[in-house]
Amino acid sequence: MAIPGARIVQEYPDRMRAMLRAVGETSITAGLILMLFCAYLLWGTGAYTQRQQLLLQRELAAERAAQERLRTVRPGQALAELRIPRLGRDYAYAIVEGVGTAHLKRGPGHYPDSAMPGEVGNFVVSGHRTTYAAPFNEIDELERDDEIVVEAREARYTYRVTSQDIVRPDEVGVLAPVPGKPGIRPVRAFITLTTCHPEYSAAKRLIVYGVLKETEPRKE
Amino acid sequence: MYAWLWHKLPGSPRTRVLTALVLVAAAVAVLWWVVFPLFEPVVRLDEVTVRK
Repeated sequence: MAIPGARIVQEYPDRMRAMLRAVGETSITAGLILMLFCAYLLWGTGAYTQRQQLLLQRELAAERAAQERLRTVRPGQALAELRIPRLGRDYAYAIVEGVGTAHLKRGPGHYPDSAMPGEVGNFVVSGHRTTYAAPFNEIDELERDDEIVVEAREARYTYRVTSQDIVRPDEVGVLAPVPGKPGIRPVRAFITLTTCHPEYSAAKRLIVYGVLKETEPRKE
Repeated sequence: MYAWLWHKLPGSPRTRVLTALVLVAAAVAVLWWVVFPLFEPVVRLDEVTVRK
């Protein structure tokens, strides 16, 4: 009968008890902190995005009033408003120019090298799926012919959803002017939304494709 | 650790409970507004862009 450590337990019961308690308390504390961190990721990060969205929306309103030309947009600037009726009447996010970490924390971001709203080519927008207000959380629910509305400064562009895909994170072909067909010259205006897939994972990317259906110039 | 902290807190059991709650709230606040924002970029569980 030689259970390792049994003799130590018998000889120093108090010390063993204290040690076990310390290990237990540390584990419980670590568990609580982890749970709090998950809560922070899901809800705490969203508060930041909501504040930033207010600023971006204000920027959009000011730019509309000033009737600046669309071509002058810089990284970090508000570009247009995105509305997706299928995801709710109130679904509206200001799209920010740029897809850096700091940009995407503020809202859906536009790839600077991709087309502008309504322009022939591919208008690519990335957005968070689970953190930072999760603007693209439900884009997997979009169906064929659902509308994606982009309120730009000069016009309202209405795209219709054509398809969805799940791709590897390095499949940059989806960003091409004709999505999925790099090297082909575009003759139509496309929209591509990208987010992570599955939820809470960085393993793949969920892609929603659309094509321009209607352009309504803004009244001067 | 917690038992030791409890014994260190001064005053009646009631003031101890209040002090303990304030300490917990302070710890949560520091985590939420200081530690988590610093740590969050490391986790990267919500990667949304496509790039080489």
